[in-house]
Amino acid sequence: MLGLTRKTKVSTGASLPVLVGLGAGCLFLLIGSLSSDIFAQQTVAGLAQGAIFASLALALVLIYRATEVINFAQGEMAMATTYIGYQLTLWHVTYWLAFFLTLVIAFVLGVVIYGVLIRPVQHRSVIALVIVTVGLFILIDGLVTWKWGADLKFMQAPFGNQVYHAGGVSFSRQDLGVLLVSIMSVILLWVLFQFTKLGLAMRAAALRPAAASLVGVRVDWMLAVGWGLAAVLGAVAGLMTEPTQFLQPTMMQAILLYAFAAAVLGGLESPAGSVVGGLALGVFLNLVGQYVGFATSELRLPIAFAVLLVVLLLKPTGLFGRKQVRRV
Amino acid sequence: MSALLALEGVDARYGPIHALHGVSLSVAEGEIAAVLGANGAGKTTTLRAISGTVRRSGTINFAGRPLRGGPDAVARRGIAHVPEGRGTFAELTVWENLRLGAYTRRAEKDDFARMQQYFPWLESRRSQQAGTLSGGEQQMLALARAFMQRPRLLLLDEPSLGLAPLLVTEIFRIIRELNEREGLTVLVVEQNAHIALQLAQTAYVLEVGRVALNGPSAELQEHESIRRSYLGY
Repeated sequence: MLGLTRKTKVSTGASLPVLVGLGAGCLFLLIGSLSSDIFAQQTVAGLAQGAIFASLALALVLIYRATEVINFAQGEMAMATTYIGYQLTLWHVTYWLAFFLTLVIAFVLGVVIYGVLIRPVQHRSVIALVIVTVGLFILIDGLVTWKWGADLKFMQAPFGNQVYHAGGVSFSRQDLGVLLVSIMSVILLWVLFQFTKLGLAMRAAALRPAAASLVGVRVDWMLAVGWGLAAVLGAVAGLMTEPTQFLQPTMMQAILLYAFAAAVLGGLESPAGSVVGGLALGVFLNLVGQYVGFATSELRLPIAFAVLLVVLLLKPTGLFGRKQVRRV
Repeated sequence: MSALLALEGVDARYGPIHALHGVSLSVAEGEIAAVLGANGAGKTTTLRAISGTVRRSGTINFAGRPLRGGPDAVARRGIAHVPEGRGTFAELTVWENLRLGAYTRRAEKDDFARMQQYFPWLESRRSQQAGTLSGGEQQMLALARAFMQRPRLLLLDEPSLGLAPLLVTEIFRIIRELNEREGLTVLVVEQNAHIALQLAQTAYVLEVGRVALNGPSAELQEHESIRRSYLGY
């Protein structure tokens, strides 16, 4: 109209230097994997671990975008739903049926938590919301320990213990399975958000709740669905963590911290950023553990946060973050 | 003509601030009505009371039934509200904005074809981010999105705000077209009384939250004393 020609902006949210850096990182991993078997093995194991960080980080980002709060209970919700899956297998439900039932239960739990605990305090203050999520953390922890006890529990291995050999490299079926399941759930979610009417309405409700309600979107319902989906992602992360960490009430606590680091690394408001951040963190930590002598497993968490610190010093909005201009 | 929308003794408050004091007005099916008045007279609040974005009391009837509930319920009754600041989703694409307009509809494709008769240029911009459109284009997008809702009543809040005179004329031309060709009923709030009175058949002048004056636009325009004291031109 009026003959205005304006350049269309493609918005991935990532700036050119970041994309170039990521490309260089991928190239480095590829060349390393082709030249060293151990490097390749560690990269795949790192991706599997990173995919779990990514799922939980994405859950954090979903909730942050919708409700503007970091859900400190996200890891505990994931842990609790994993116990539910465990309980189902005790009742002789087969593993994969239990897996999908758990996701459904997680969705319902997420919706209920939003409706009962979050919605009433949502418009009070950020501090009130934070306190509710911290309280939820403690509550879930207590309930799970009371019901199932604090000792280690074991579920059936979902992917078996086979190892594949390709050339001189051996990949465990478990790592590949974990990677596949986590990435699939992330992709399905992306499809939901990008290509369905429900996803569009959810994005609109998170971006501008007032404007969304004016076109007929029930904003509260959309936020509830958002919490439900975040809980589903958490359940995937929990169930995929179980084969390596086994079941215990503290199983997701360190992972939540890594996921938090991954989410901030990605820009906190960027779903794509959180997934890239999670995968990058997983691979980085595994490679550092393999090749850097002093980096023992006790140092993993400090190293992760050192990386986070450096990235935030260089790019305060995170890898995929944009400078926010908010109207008051 | 029967009244499509009728407000009777409507009060609205923002916390302790009493913004509307017993406003009554009615809009007939198929007409364009204007709400005029100075800044802070309650024009925007009147629209917000109708769409349920502010706490209101009193009776509001729409198509013979009381209008209740929040903005999403009002939208589903067939009322589209283009708010102050247009309410477009700057972060989403033009196409996504339009799809959101049709959120309550099922036959999205027909709605899109119909909308295109009035806003043909939008097609070539469908994958552009709405925030990168110019002010005039965003106002058009807001109108197009509201039309995608296929409403019976369109509420417009200051469509001329911040736009060049040429664009204002263009936008008012489209509003008139939608009214004449689609039979769309319009309630428009305007600071620019001159152009609003040319568009509307009926007008209400608000003063500190009350209807000070109302009548056919032609009559309001004729009385010079009214024009001077209420409309400021």
